[in-house]
Amino acid sequence: MQQTNKLTPFFENLNFERSDNMMIINFGPQHPSAHGQLRLVLELDGEKVTKAYPDIGYLHRGIEKMAENMTYNEFLPTTDRLDYIASTANNYAYAHSVETLLGVDIPERAQVIRTMLLEVNRIISHLFFLATHALDVGAMSVFLYAFREREFGMDLMEDYCGARLTHSAVRIGGVPLDLPANWTNDLMKWCDTVEHELANTYEKLLNENRIWKMRLEDVGVISAEDAQSWGCSGVMLRGSGIKYDIRKEEPYELYSDLEFDIPISDRCDSYGRYRLYMQEIRESIKILRQLVPMYEKSTPQLMAHAPQYISAPKEEIMTQNYALMQHFVLVTQGMRPPVGEVYAPTESPKGELGFYIKSEGEPYAYRLKCRAPSFFHTGLLQEMLVGTYIADVVTIIGSTNIVFGEVDR
Amino acid sequence: MRKYTPKDNVQKKSYYTDRFYIAPRVPRSQVESGSHFADVVNALKKLAFESYVEFNQLIVHIKSTDNIKVLQILKEKCGYTVCSELSAVDYLASSGEFEIFYQMLNLSEAKRVRVLTRIKKDEAIESIVPLHKMANFAEREMYDMFGIVANNHPYLKRILMPEDWVGHPLLKTYPLQGDEAASWYEVDKIFGKEYRDIIGAENRDPAKIDRYDTKRFSRVGHEVPFGADISSGEKEKDIEYSKTFLVDYTSSQKQLDKRK
Repeated sequence: MQQTNKLTPFFENLNFERSDNMMIINFGPQHPSAHGQLRLVLELDGEKVTKAYPDIGYLHRGIEKMAENMTYNEFLPTTDRLDYIASTANNYAYAHSVETLLGVDIPERAQVIRTMLLEVNRIISHLFFLATHALDVGAMSVFLYAFREREFGMDLMEDYCGARLTHSAVRIGGVPLDLPANWTNDLMKWCDTVEHELANTYEKLLNENRIWKMRLEDVGVISAEDAQSWGCSGVMLRGSGIKYDIRKEEPYELYSDLEFDIPISDRCDSYGRYRLYMQEIRESIKILRQLVPMYEKSTPQLMAHAPQYISAPKEEIMTQNYALMQHFVLVTQGMRPPVGEVYAPTESPKGELGFYIKSEGEPYAYRLKCRAPSFFHTGLLQEMLVGTYIADVVTIIGSTNIVFGEVDR
Repeated sequence: MRKYTPKDNVQKKSYYTDRFYIAPRVPRSQVESGSHFADVVNALKKLAFESYVEFNQLIVHIKSTDNIKVLQILKEKCGYTVCSELSAVDYLASSGEFEIFYQMLNLSEAKRVRVLTRIKKDEAIESIVPLHKMANFAEREMYDMFGIVANNHPYLKRILMPEDWVGHPLLKTYPLQGDEAASWYEVDKIFGKEYRDIIGAENRDPAKIDRYDTKRFSRVGHEVPFGADISSGEKEKDIEYSKTFLVDYTSSQKQLDKRK
């Protein structure tokens, strides 16, 4: 029989086998701060984490297996379900690696539109990060303000492609649609709003906020060596003082023609990473402002001209026999890319997102491997969480910005 | 002659292929002397028995037993400090081998190298966790999906699939819909094998509708109490699924047209 007093609580149906402070708890898979289906098994000594074991796979849908059983164009909408916070980034990463394999040139207007969509998605994703991270740490109002601007961003995506979350806004070889009338004006207005809100609401609420700083500073520290060893990318890498952004170092689309900075931080902690996300939103806005004049100058071709792989525009299909035949073959059989393999990395909002595609010249990919940044950031948790307090676990998970669609695939 | 299709590959295949079609190869170039990649190849010496450049990435073929040595040279001498991805490709049907690739990244030069190696079906590969900690998760995933064992891995267990899962899903022999064990997984786990007959096979028909079901769907305009029996004595009949694409109506008793 347990002795009931204030220090040793009494539970009717629980018997403690040991009288030390060790405890094993399951964090998730349905924990609101787990950002999806993350089950963390934590071994605690009092409030200190002595061992952490991230258990994933609760959202595994076999997307890589599906890719082997779908034609290249069929698979594109499936990529929406990877990082569902910024699905155009996935669509683009996939389309980009297939295009590299095919060796097609993308028309300029399509490139401009894609780069715009990618940056809009980056802002949406970063706002989502800010909102959920702040909510996890306890700043409820930031969540509401950030989600407000994110909604407007998703309205822009809806105006363009009709979907708010699963966009499929990019096709292999270009984009399906031109921008609707007045879209660039709305975009510029939204950019102004986000910039204004960023400086006057989010950063004013958080940057010098005592609680926010106490919760984030020196929490979730990753050294530069660890970041490289664990395969970190994106903000997780730049937050550890390594200046590496794929948009700058291995430019794709129009990023080589655009002027933007790569913010880095050598604080290595959650606060530094939070500041980086805020800076990146500013850089994205800068990029979007440069893209609007580029859009106006471009010629209105939207899809690449490569009849062997990519269907002709709709008017040609409707008027020209050969285009119709090509379209019929491509739809019923699927395109057959050259034999070979490709790995094309892109900088998604979460980090390095790349698709490794092995093609045997068939309409179905022989092997498709999705290199998802969040997968490796989740792996890092087992080392990063050890020695921290249970209250910081939530901060660290939020700061890694993992999305389980792409962790489990 | 009819084209031979390996029976141990159950992936979807194209139903029509032009027999005169020869798929082109992606452009491949030799390593330019004096370039950064030439230095990498020189540093690897004889460990790399084949090397070439595709899409601005160096591709190096090595022996599977050399993987630690090669990655160590790449990391310490050539600056490839990040291993961004690692996984396998199943070639069991054609050559009885797996191809394992390591996608390496040099942060200061912004260059990428892909290290390729092949292992036989029952061989294991040495774990690269001592060099790159990211392999902790990546090799577990490779083990889970292909059954490739990484020697000296600190915790080689399934990662995405449940621990008691049977089979390795990304093998070409593993059907997309799952195998026998997969279709009974939940019944076996929750109730036990002896309940297979009682519960019956999993319903794989996404359009299946039970017309007398009053529990799960509302019957708009014909509302009845929840769970009420509305079959009025009619016995439940199994849906007839066609074995072929065309339904053979002569064998069933279904009358298509009242005029017959």
